[in-house]
Amino acid sequence: MIYLQLFISYLKIGFFGFGGGYAMLSLIQNEIVVQNGWLTNAEFADIVAISQMTPGPIAINSATYVGYSVAGFWGSVVATISVCMPALTIMTLITRFFLLLKDNHIFKGIISGMRPIVIGMIVSAALLLLFPSTQEGASFIDAWSWGLFLGACYLSYRKVNPIMLIVLSALAGIAIYYLPTLIA
Amino acid sequence: MRRFAELFFSFFKIGLFTFGGGYAMIPIIQREVIDNRHWIEQQEFLDLLTLAQSAPGPISLNTAVFVGYKMYGYRGALSALLGVILPSFLIILVVAIFFSQIRENAIVDAAFKGMRPVVVALILAPILGFTKGLHWTMISVAAVVAFVIWHFGISPIYLLLAGAVGGALWVAARGKEVKR
Repeated sequence: MIYLQLFISYLKIGFFGFGGGYAMLSLIQNEIVVQNGWLTNAEFADIVAISQMTPGPIAINSATYVGYSVAGFWGSVVATISVCMPALTIMTLITRFFLLLKDNHIFKGIISGMRPIVIGMIVSAALLLLFPSTQEGASFIDAWSWGLFLGACYLSYRKVNPIMLIVLSALAGIAIYYLPTLIA
Repeated sequence: MRRFAELFFSFFKIGLFTFGGGYAMIPIIQREVIDNRHWIEQQEFLDLLTLAQSAPGPISLNTAVFVGYKMYGYRGALSALLGVILPSFLIILVVAIFFSQIRENAIVDAAFKGMRPVVVALILAPILGFTKGLHWTMISVAAVVAFVIWHFGISPIYLLLAGAVGGALWVAARGKEVKR
């Protein structure tokens, strides 16, 4: 039952998506690529790229995209709704019990305890794309890939807009991988 | 009905114009919700924002829920949430429908080959800022977590739970906040 699987996977992603955007990538990657094999690593990287160029959070974007590619229109509806449900319930509770939580030490302890985990999760998402277990669907295919990667590391360190970087890298990709085939 | 529609369209606008997600959305939400509409006080917004950042799920979703809930209860939360997700849902749906048709195109394929390594760089970029001021033990924990998820394919969920329990126990034992 594909709808049920999508529902459970994205409910988990929504419920444990601490640390926002990039930290959720690790969770999405684990559910979608590692556990269920709905996408390859490269397809996953493609969604991240698409997500950078379109409005909205990556969690929603990936839910809609994966849902559609696995089970069509209703798949995208199911995945998108299930990824939102935890945020809706938990934030409603937090808003209601705001004053109780605001200065609670245990709550703060829980949040600080999760902080290093979230950082590790972001790094793991990158590691999986850098060094995938199989070469099929790899994001790094040659020396150009590493050159682009290092260049982008430097440029984002210099605070260049991520959307700009994605657009530039698409143009670079066309120049490196497409134009030579025209000449040959 | 009109107030729910107002909430819906305000957050629809927010959802439509926030690229890259996350923190980039906050100033836009702030302008719409506090400056334009006066729906919520600045101080209250900032306090709730701190909690929205510690709650699971995307910041924009959480912010939509708390503003909507604060104003008109559960139905308000639902209207704001629907508003903020609908633009990305519709856009990605169109992308998903057409992407499969142009995916095999040589130019598109070349463009994505260029984009993939850059995506990895973008994921890694905020790490330096996050680790700033963090104790070395916490950085080691982060490194171990990254290795374990990457190498063994363990679900990050277990590690998050372990971190939450560890943090709570630490505070209970020491009676104060964890050193950052």
